[in-house]
Amino acid sequence: MPKEVTDVICPFCGTLCDDLIVSVSDDNKTILGVKNACAIGAEKFNHQRQPGRVKRPRMRQADGSYKEITYDEAIDWTAKMLVKSRKTLMYGWASTSCQAMSIGHEIAEKCGAIVDNCATVCHGSSLIAIEDVGVPSCTLGEVKNRADRVVFWGCNPAHAHPRHMSRYSIFPRGFFTVKGHKGRKIYCVDCRYTDTAKCADEFIQVQQGFDYELLNAFRTAARGEALPDTVGGVPKEKIYEIVEDLKQARFGIIFFGMGLTHTMGRNHNIDIAINLTRDMNDFTKFAIMAMRGHWNVTGSGQVLGWQYGFPYAVDVSRRDQARHQTGETTSVDLLNRNEVEACFYIATDPGAHFPVDAMISSSRKPTVTIDPHINCTTEISDIHIPVALVGVEVGGCAYRMDNVPIETRKVVDPPEGVLTDEELLTRINKRVDELMAKGGA
Amino acid sequence: MNTVTLTVKKQPELYLECENVNTDAFAGKKAADIAKLGAYQGKEILTLGDFFTITGEAGATAADTKIIVNGDCTKMKYLGAKMTGGEMIVNYACDMYTGSWMKGGKLTVNGDVHSFCGLALAGGEFTINGNAGNYLGAAYRGDWRGMSGGVLRVKGNAGSDVASFMIGGEMIIEGDVDIHLGTHMEGGKIILKGNANRRVGGQLVKGEIYVFGKINVMMPGYKPVGEKEMEVDGTKATFVDYLGDLGERHPKRKGETVYGHLYMKK
Repeated sequence: MPKEVTDVICPFCGTLCDDLIVSVSDDNKTILGVKNACAIGAEKFNHQRQPGRVKRPRMRQADGSYKEITYDEAIDWTAKMLVKSRKTLMYGWASTSCQAMSIGHEIAEKCGAIVDNCATVCHGSSLIAIEDVGVPSCTLGEVKNRADRVVFWGCNPAHAHPRHMSRYSIFPRGFFTVKGHKGRKIYCVDCRYTDTAKCADEFIQVQQGFDYELLNAFRTAARGEALPDTVGGVPKEKIYEIVEDLKQARFGIIFFGMGLTHTMGRNHNIDIAINLTRDMNDFTKFAIMAMRGHWNVTGSGQVLGWQYGFPYAVDVSRRDQARHQTGETTSVDLLNRNEVEACFYIATDPGAHFPVDAMISSSRKPTVTIDPHINCTTEISDIHIPVALVGVEVGGCAYRMDNVPIETRKVVDPPEGVLTDEELLTRINKRVDELMAKGGA
Repeated sequence: MNTVTLTVKKQPELYLECENVNTDAFAGKKAADIAKLGAYQGKEILTLGDFFTITGEAGATAADTKIIVNGDCTKMKYLGAKMTGGEMIVNYACDMYTGSWMKGGKLTVNGDVHSFCGLALAGGEFTINGNAGNYLGAAYRGDWRGMSGGVLRVKGNAGSDVASFMIGGEMIIEGDVDIHLGTHMEGGKIILKGNANRRVGGQLVKGEIYVFGKINVMMPGYKPVGEKEMEVDGTKATFVDYLGDLGERHPKRKGETVYGHLYMKK
């Protein structure tokens, strides 16, 4: 008799939907079905039962093939690599739990590594802007219950965060938003007519790379100053009209994504959007939120921030201080400049996301990848260590995009003998201690 | 003034953190003592003597010390950083943080510098006889206080985010710059003799920017208010005066709002 596990947390995107229902076989080994999840989230659970899953560590041989090795051998090789390397890049962390991260950071401190997460190629620019000017933000619950003006700027939740609009931002009926969609005015600012734009009441098409100028025009209009006839392809009358409407909001929210973080100016686009939000608070209540993508990347920022004061790209290679400088201690720059000697990837796939040059540089260094699946990165690694799927086969703490921590649930047992991230990192940490006590690798 | 000459004899395999290569760290030391000063390469602590041949001896104080660095410094960070006096000449291109947090003295680089050079410069003279990277004379990441004093001169071009959060001092760029010049500026003076790409003076509160060349796209928050005849860095010309950034907050002084000025050469 299959059983149903309710209130399961989805392990895919930063929305961390917490209402999934998963059917599990009697023996607690197979997932039979998933309800309430979006297509991408459901696939994350379906992976669990796919045939061909790697269940033991693999080591690359001279001819390019992989040979199965034991966990002990893999742990020993990894610990020796970490102890020997003068500077190691420890990148990833977005699909694992906060508990695993803290053990990873302990290893990084001992071995003099640099800890970086997916923000480095994602919302890192938002984090730089937040470091520069702060952020007036809120929780998604407040958006659901209060927001009557919602601006999607350079983001497309219809594809990237499929249930965001139905759970929080457009359709739900909340405590003060009893009319749901009808009571909200939705704006979408983008250079393309996206599927999110189709759900919006008003679509503002901005010329690509002119977001900073347009946001500057919004701020100028909010102060009642004169504007040129058009800014970034948007007529000034439209800008004044929108600003006046935003001032009428009871609670406004700006959601932004890669359209701001990865176009010309990057952090400056976010910086000025935050300042527009701050300006709007002279008239009403306004907040701004980054549409964080990778599942627990927010958690990695939280744990790093709590331990070292910086949310990503933290260099602890020197014992006396933790340093952070985007452009210097960020993964892509470190790889392009050949500033690291070894790579340790966990719970993320840089091979699929980093620029080609960075991965070519990475492929020439000793590399260990810890991931439940075979992916682009495992194929250029010396060692691939499989682990249990966090959020499916093991629980742990994860942070939602609005920085709310949520304890995730285990729904099935991992395959026999497969370690969890926490167990594996604890054993690597212990082996590092042993090697250091002996005076090195 | 005593002179110490450093000649690169070995290239670092990673990048070398030369925070001890400045007049303050050398002051009062003989060549043998200078060779013992530490330098990080990743987690490994080495000495300056491992990478440089050192001759001469330093003066009793930073102000009495002159340092000449010869050889390839493209993998050396923090050269001349935090110096408070004396003179330093680097006869090659250098890496990041060159001349950052300088408080006094004179630093000359006869070559290009990478990004984050002259960060939060507070005093002294920093001259780059080559090109500079991004974040020249800007604030350190997350800080709201960029360059606050001194003179920073670049003979070539500079990258993006030049003089972000500048609050004082003078910067002269004789070539071109990329995007975001003087963003969040709250004082000081920037003279750009070449062209700027875009976004000059975005979110500028106070301060002056002089542009001799062209700007590809003007920020919408700037408005022309007249023309002025001025002499700027030895050049006499007529400039169009723009007030801005009108989208940013501005302080009041004696009841009047203080704006920033962007002067475009006619």
